Amino acid sequence: MEFEGAFSEGETKKIWNYEFPVLTLCYKVLFMNEQNQQTLETLQDIKRIMERSSRFISLSGLSGIAAGICALVGAWFANKEFGPYYGRYEYREEYSGEDFEQLKFRLLVIALAVLAAALASAFYFTWRKARHNKLPVWDLTAKRLSINMLIPLVAGGLFILAMYQYNEWRFIAPACLIFYGLALVNASKYTLSDVRYLGLFQILLGLINTQFPEKGLYFWAAGFGLLHIIYGFVMWWKYEKNA
Amino acid sequence: MKNPITGLNKIFDNRIRLGIMSVLMVNEEINFNDLKQMLEVTDGNLATHLLNLEENGFLKVKKGFVGKKTNTTYSVTKSGEKAFTDHIAALENMIKGVK
Repeated sequence: MEFEGAFSEGETKKIWNYEFPVLTLCYKVLFMNEQNQQTLETLQDIKRIMERSSRFISLSGLSGIAAGICALVGAWFANKEFGPYYGRYEYREEYSGEDFEQLKFRLLVIALAVLAAALASAFYFTWRKARHNKLPVWDLTAKRLSINMLIPLVAGGLFILAMYQYNEWRFIAPACLIFYGLALVNASKYTLSDVRYLGLFQILLGLINTQFPEKGLYFWAAGFGLLHIIYGFVMWWKYEKNA
Repeated sequence: MKNPITGLNKIFDNRIRLGIMSVLMVNEEINFNDLKQMLEVTDGNLATHLLNLEENGFLKVKKGFVGKKTNTTYSVTKSGEKAFTDHIAALENMIKGVK
Protein backbone atom coordinates (compact mmCIF):
# COMPACT_ATOMS: atom_id res chain seq x y z
CA MET A 1 0.00 0.00 0.00
CA GLU A 2 2.88 2.27 0.72
CA PHE A 3 4.24 1.73 -2.78
CA GLU A 4 1.08 2.97 -4.22
CA GLY A 5 1.77 6.12 -2.39
CA ALA A 6 4.60 6.87 -4.77
CA PHE A 7 2.06 8.51 -6.95
CA SER A 8 -1.06 9.91 -5.46
CA GLU A 9 -4.23 9.15 -7.29
CA GLY A 10 -4.33 12.66 -8.61
CA GLU A 11 -0.85 12.46 -10.04
CA THR A 12 -1.46 9.17 -11.84
CA LYS A 13 -4.46 10.72 -13.45
CA LYS A 14 -2.40 13.71 -14.45
CA ILE A 15 0.22 11.53 -16.16
CA TRP A 16 -2.45 9.53 -17.89
CA ASN A 17 -4.15 12.66 -19.05
CA TYR A 18 -0.88 14.07 -20.21
CA GLU A 19 0.46 10.98 -21.89
CA PHE A 20 -2.63 9.90 -23.68
CA PRO A 21 -2.81 12.87 -26.03
CA VAL A 22 0.94 12.61 -26.63
CA LEU A 23 0.56 9.00 -27.67
CA THR A 24 -2.31 9.77 -29.99
CA LEU A 25 -0.32 12.63 -31.40
CA CYS A 26 2.68 10.38 -32.05
CA TYR A 27 0.44 7.81 -33.62
CA LYS A 28 -1.23 10.44 -35.74
CA VAL A 29 2.06 11.90 -36.92
CA LEU A 30 3.40 8.48 -37.88
CA PHE A 31 0.21 7.49 -39.55
CA MET A 32 -0.20 10.77 -41.39
CA ASN A 33 3.41 10.66 -42.54
CA GLU A 34 2.91 7.25 -44.02
CA GLN A 35 -0.30 8.37 -45.66
CA ASN A 36 1.35 11.55 -46.94
CA GLN A 37 4.15 9.47 -48.35
CA GLN A 38 1.64 7.35 -50.20
CA THR A 39 -0.22 10.40 -51.48
CA LEU A 40 3.04 11.92 -52.64
CA GLU A 41 3.95 8.72 -54.47
CA THR A 42 0.54 8.68 -56.16
CA LEU A 43 0.99 12.25 -57.34
CA GLN A 44 4.47 11.46 -58.62
CA ASP A 45 3.10 8.43 -60.47
CA ILE A 46 0.46 10.58 -62.13
CA LYS A 47 3.04 13.11 -63.19
CA ARG A 48 5.32 10.40 -64.54
CA ILE A 49 2.53 8.78 -66.55
CA MET A 50 1.42 12.10 -67.97
CA GLU A 51 4.95 13.01 -68.98
CA ARG A 52 5.79 9.70 -70.49
CA SER A 53 2.52 9.39 -72.41
CA SER A 54 2.75 12.81 -74.01
CA ARG A 55 6.45 13.15 -74.82
CA PHE A 56 9.17 10.89 -76.11
CA ILE A 57 11.65 11.04 -73.24
CA SER A 58 14.20 8.43 -74.31
CA LEU A 59 16.09 10.77 -76.62
CA SER A 60 19.70 10.42 -75.49
CA GLY A 61 22.25 13.20 -75.28
CA LEU A 62 24.84 10.75 -76.58
CA SER A 63 22.80 10.60 -79.81
CA GLY A 64 23.48 14.31 -80.28
CA ILE A 65 27.20 13.92 -79.61
CA ALA A 66 27.44 10.99 -82.07
CA ALA A 67 25.52 12.86 -84.77
CA GLY A 68 27.79 15.88 -84.25
CA ILE A 69 30.93 13.78 -84.66
CA CYS A 70 29.52 12.24 -87.88
CA ALA A 71 28.86 15.75 -89.20
CA LEU A 72 32.38 16.95 -88.41
CA VAL A 73 33.98 13.92 -90.06
CA GLY A 74 31.74 14.45 -93.10
CA ALA A 75 32.63 18.14 -93.28
CA TRP A 76 36.32 17.24 -93.16
CA PHE A 77 35.92 14.86 -96.10
CA ALA A 78 33.88 17.45 -98.02
CA ASN A 79 36.53 20.08 -97.40
CA LYS A 80 39.17 17.73 -98.81
CA GLU A 81 37.20 17.58 -102.07
CA PHE A 82 37.35 21.33 -102.62
CA GLY A 83 41.16 21.60 -102.63
CA PRO A 84 41.82 19.45 -105.74
CA TYR A 85 38.77 20.93 -107.46
CA TYR A 86 40.04 24.52 -107.17
CA GLY A 87 43.56 23.30 -107.93
CA ARG A 88 42.45 21.92 -111.29
CA TYR A 89 40.30 24.99 -111.88
CA GLU A 90 43.27 27.32 -111.48
CA TYR A 91 45.58 25.09 -113.49
CA ARG A 92 43.27 25.13 -116.51
CA GLU A 93 42.17 28.71 -115.91
CA GLU A 94 38.70 27.83 -117.07
CA TYR A 95 35.55 26.27 -115.69
CA SER A 96 35.08 22.57 -116.41
CA GLY A 97 31.50 21.27 -116.35
CA GLU A 98 32.69 17.73 -115.99
CA ASP A 99 34.83 18.56 -112.98
CA PHE A 100 31.94 20.36 -111.35
CA GLU A 101 29.57 17.42 -111.90
CA GLN A 102 32.12 15.12 -110.33
CA LEU A 103 32.51 17.36 -107.29
CA LYS A 104 28.74 17.60 -106.95
CA PHE A 105 28.39 13.84 -107.03
CA ARG A 106 31.13 13.24 -104.49
CA LEU A 107 29.61 15.79 -102.11
CA LEU A 108 26.20 14.15 -102.43
CA VAL A 109 27.67 10.75 -101.55
CA ILE A 110 29.41 12.23 -98.49
CA ALA A 111 26.18 13.96 -97.42
CA LEU A 112 24.15 10.75 -97.68
CA ALA A 113 26.81 8.77 -95.82
CA VAL A 114 26.81 11.35 -93.02
CA LEU A 115 23.02 11.25 -92.82
CA ALA A 116 22.99 7.45 -92.62
CA ALA A 117 25.77 7.31 -90.00
CA ALA A 118 24.21 10.07 -87.89
CA LEU A 119 20.76 8.46 -87.97
CA ALA A 120 22.14 5.02 -87.12
CA SER A 121 24.21 6.25 -84.18
CA ALA A 122 21.42 8.53 -82.91
CA PHE A 123 19.00 5.62 -83.05
CA TYR A 124 21.44 3.30 -81.31
CA PHE A 125 21.99 5.55 -78.27
CA THR A 126 18.30 6.33 -77.96
CA TRP A 127 17.44 2.65 -78.16
CA ARG A 128 20.03 1.97 -75.46
CA LYS A 129 18.57 4.62 -73.18
CA ALA A 130 15.03 3.34 -73.68
CA ARG A 131 16.12 -0.19 -72.90
CA HIS A 132 17.98 0.98 -69.82
CA ASN A 133 14.82 2.72 -68.56
CA LYS A 134 12.69 -0.28 -69.57
CA LEU A 135 10.58 1.85 -71.91
CA PRO A 136 9.41 0.86 -75.39
CA VAL A 137 11.39 2.60 -78.15
CA TRP A 138 8.62 2.58 -80.72
CA ASP A 139 5.47 3.71 -78.95
CA LEU A 140 2.83 6.35 -79.51
CA THR A 141 5.13 9.20 -78.45
CA ALA A 142 7.93 8.02 -80.76
CA LYS A 143 5.52 7.84 -83.69
CA ARG A 144 4.20 11.30 -82.96
CA LEU A 145 7.71 12.72 -82.66
CA SER A 146 8.81 11.10 -85.93
CA ILE A 147 5.86 12.35 -87.97
CA ASN A 148 6.11 15.91 -86.70
CA MET A 149 9.84 15.99 -87.19
CA LEU A 150 9.67 14.45 -90.66
CA ILE A 151 7.20 16.94 -92.16
CA PRO A 152 9.57 19.97 -92.19
CA LEU A 153 12.58 17.71 -92.69
CA VAL A 154 11.31 15.95 -95.82
CA ALA A 155 10.02 19.22 -97.26
CA GLY A 156 13.44 20.78 -96.64
CA GLY A 157 15.25 17.76 -98.05
CA LEU A 158 13.27 17.86 -101.31
CA PHE A 159 13.76 21.62 -101.57
CA ILE A 160 17.53 21.20 -101.15
CA LEU A 161 17.60 18.42 -103.77
CA ALA A 162 15.89 20.81 -106.19
CA MET A 163 18.59 23.43 -105.48
CA TYR A 164 21.19 20.74 -106.08
CA GLN A 165 19.44 19.85 -109.33
CA TYR A 166 19.71 23.45 -110.59
CA ASN A 167 23.27 23.96 -109.26
CA GLU A 168 22.07 26.54 -106.74
CA TRP A 169 24.82 25.65 -104.29
CA ARG A 170 24.94 28.99 -102.41
CA PHE A 171 21.93 28.35 -100.25
CA ILE A 172 22.22 24.63 -99.68
CA ALA A 173 23.98 24.94 -96.30
CA PRO A 174 21.68 27.72 -95.00
CA ALA A 175 18.64 25.74 -96.14
CA CYS A 176 19.90 22.61 -94.36
CA LEU A 177 20.33 24.57 -91.13
CA ILE A 178 17.04 26.46 -91.34
CA PHE A 179 14.82 23.50 -92.25
CA TYR A 180 16.51 21.30 -89.64
CA GLY A 181 16.04 24.05 -87.06
CA LEU A 182 12.36 24.37 -87.92
CA ALA A 183 11.96 20.59 -87.69
CA LEU A 184 13.52 20.65 -84.20
CA VAL A 185 11.34 23.51 -83.00
CA ASN A 186 8.31 21.57 -84.20
CA ALA A 187 9.55 18.33 -82.66
CA SER A 188 10.22 19.97 -79.30
CA LYS A 189 6.51 19.74 -78.46
CA TYR A 190 6.77 15.97 -78.59
CA THR A 191 10.04 15.29 -76.79
CA LEU A 192 12.37 16.96 -74.28
CA SER A 193 11.56 20.65 -74.61
CA ASP A 194 15.28 21.57 -74.60
CA VAL A 195 15.37 20.50 -78.26
CA ARG A 196 13.65 23.81 -78.99
CA TYR A 197 16.81 25.79 -78.15
CA LEU A 198 18.94 23.63 -80.43
CA GLY A 199 16.41 24.34 -83.19
CA LEU A 200 16.46 28.09 -82.59
CA PHE A 201 20.26 28.19 -82.75
CA GLN A 202 20.27 26.19 -86.01
CA ILE A 203 17.80 28.63 -87.57
CA LEU A 204 19.85 31.62 -86.42
CA LEU A 205 23.05 30.10 -87.80
CA GLY A 206 21.32 29.36 -91.12
CA LEU A 207 20.08 32.92 -91.43
CA ILE A 208 23.52 34.38 -90.73
CA ASN A 209 24.95 31.94 -93.28
CA THR A 210 22.79 33.47 -96.04
CA GLN A 211 25.04 36.55 -95.82
CA PHE A 212 28.21 34.48 -96.20
CA PRO A 213 27.19 31.89 -98.81
CA GLU A 214 30.75 30.92 -99.73
CA LYS A 215 31.38 29.89 -96.12
CA GLY A 216 28.54 27.35 -96.23
CA LEU A 217 30.59 24.34 -95.23
CA TYR A 218 31.91 26.07 -92.10
CA PHE A 219 28.44 27.10 -91.01
CA TRP A 220 27.17 23.63 -91.77
CA ALA A 221 29.95 22.08 -89.66
CA ALA A 222 29.25 24.54 -86.84
CA GLY A 223 25.51 23.79 -86.83
CA PHE A 224 25.41 20.05 -87.42
CA GLY A 225 28.74 19.35 -85.75
CA LEU A 226 29.49 21.72 -82.89
CA LEU A 227 25.92 22.59 -81.86
CA HIS A 228 24.97 18.89 -81.79
CA ILE A 229 27.95 18.04 -79.64
CA ILE A 230 27.32 20.92 -77.22
CA TYR A 231 23.61 20.14 -77.03
CA GLY A 232 24.25 16.42 -76.61
CA PHE A 233 26.73 17.05 -73.83
CA VAL A 234 24.35 19.40 -71.98
CA MET A 235 21.50 16.89 -72.28
CA TRP A 236 23.67 14.07 -71.09
CA TRP A 237 24.87 16.17 -68.15
CA LYS A 238 21.33 17.19 -67.26
CA TYR A 239 19.43 13.92 -67.62
CA GLU A 240 21.75 10.94 -67.92
CA LYS A 241 24.92 11.55 -65.98
CA ASN A 242 23.55 10.01 -62.83
CA ALA A 243 21.45 7.34 -64.50
CA MET B 1 -11.83 23.98 -41.55
CA LYS B 2 -12.41 22.30 -44.83
CA ASN B 3 -12.09 18.56 -44.85
CA PRO B 4 -9.10 17.70 -47.06
CA ILE B 5 -10.75 14.45 -48.07
CA THR B 6 -13.60 16.15 -49.95
CA GLY B 7 -12.92 15.91 -53.61
CA LEU B 8 -11.23 12.54 -53.31
CA ASN B 9 -12.95 10.16 -55.64
CA LYS B 10 -13.42 6.49 -54.75
CA ILE B 11 -13.25 5.56 -58.41
CA PHE B 12 -9.66 6.75 -58.56
CA ASP B 13 -8.55 4.60 -55.63
CA ASN B 14 -7.55 2.05 -58.22
CA ARG B 15 -4.10 2.60 -59.71
CA ILE B 16 -5.02 1.45 -63.20
CA ARG B 17 -8.06 3.72 -63.38
CA LEU B 18 -5.92 6.60 -62.13
CA GLY B 19 -3.32 5.71 -64.76
CA ILE B 20 -5.91 5.66 -67.55
CA MET B 21 -7.17 9.08 -66.53
CA SER B 22 -3.61 10.47 -66.32
CA VAL B 23 -2.91 9.36 -69.88
CA LEU B 24 -6.22 10.71 -71.18
CA MET B 25 -5.67 14.10 -69.57
CA VAL B 26 -2.63 14.77 -71.76
CA ASN B 27 -3.70 12.89 -74.90
CA GLU B 28 -6.70 14.10 -76.88
CA GLU B 29 -7.43 10.58 -77.99
CA ILE B 30 -5.74 7.24 -77.50
CA ASN B 31 -6.47 3.74 -78.71
CA PHE B 32 -6.66 0.56 -76.69
CA ASN B 33 -3.29 -0.86 -77.70
CA ASP B 34 -1.32 2.32 -77.07
CA LEU B 35 -2.99 2.63 -73.68
CA LYS B 36 -2.15 -0.98 -72.89
CA GLN B 37 1.52 -0.43 -73.81
CA MET B 38 1.66 2.78 -71.82
CA LEU B 39 0.24 1.29 -68.61
CA GLU B 40 1.72 -2.20 -68.96
CA VAL B 41 -1.48 -4.06 -68.12
CA THR B 42 -3.30 -7.08 -69.58
CA ASP B 43 -6.17 -6.79 -72.08
CA GLY B 44 -8.83 -8.02 -69.69
CA ASN B 45 -7.68 -5.90 -66.81
CA LEU B 46 -7.60 -2.74 -68.92
CA ALA B 47 -10.99 -3.48 -70.50
CA THR B 48 -12.66 -3.88 -67.10
CA HIS B 49 -11.36 -0.57 -65.81
CA LEU B 50 -12.18 1.24 -69.05
CA LEU B 51 -15.74 -0.06 -68.83
CA ASN B 52 -15.97 1.11 -65.24
CA LEU B 53 -14.81 4.61 -66.18
CA GLU B 54 -17.16 4.68 -69.15
CA GLU B 55 -20.11 3.68 -66.98
CA ASN B 56 -19.26 6.54 -64.65
CA GLY B 57 -19.36 8.91 -67.60
CA PHE B 58 -15.67 9.80 -67.30
CA LEU B 59 -14.67 8.76 -70.79
CA LYS B 60 -16.00 8.68 -74.32
CA VAL B 61 -15.51 5.61 -76.46
CA LYS B 62 -15.29 5.75 -80.23
CA LYS B 63 -15.34 2.53 -82.20
CA GLY B 64 -13.81 2.58 -85.65
CA PHE B 65 -11.81 0.55 -88.10
CA VAL B 66 -8.26 0.63 -89.34
CA GLY B 67 -8.42 -1.59 -92.41
CA LYS B 68 -10.29 -4.65 -91.22
CA LYS B 69 -9.18 -4.37 -87.60
CA THR B 70 -11.33 -2.67 -85.00
CA ASN B 71 -9.80 0.41 -83.52
CA THR B 72 -11.34 1.70 -80.32
CA THR B 73 -10.25 5.10 -79.14
CA TYR B 74 -10.89 6.75 -75.81
CA SER B 75 -11.06 10.36 -74.74
CA VAL B 76 -11.93 12.07 -71.48
CA THR B 77 -15.31 13.74 -70.89
CA LYS B 78 -15.91 17.11 -69.22
CA SER B 79 -17.14 15.44 -66.04
CA GLY B 80 -14.20 13.04 -66.08
CA GLU B 81 -11.80 15.96 -66.36
CA LYS B 82 -13.47 17.71 -63.45
CA ALA B 83 -13.51 14.62 -61.24
CA PHE B 84 -9.84 14.02 -61.97
CA THR B 85 -8.68 17.59 -61.30
CA ASP B 86 -10.72 17.63 -58.08
CA HIS B 87 -9.08 14.39 -57.04
CA ILE B 88 -5.61 15.77 -57.73
CA ALA B 89 -6.41 18.97 -55.85
CA ALA B 90 -7.60 16.90 -52.88
CA LEU B 91 -4.41 14.83 -52.93
CA GLU B 92 -2.33 17.99 -53.03
CA ASN B 93 -4.30 19.48 -50.15
CA MET B 94 -3.69 16.37 -48.08
CA ILE B 95 0.03 16.83 -48.46
CA LYS B 96 -0.01 20.52 -47.74
CA GLY B 97 -2.21 19.81 -44.69
CA VAL B 98 -5.03 22.11 -45.71
CA LYS B 99 -5.90 25.02 -43.44
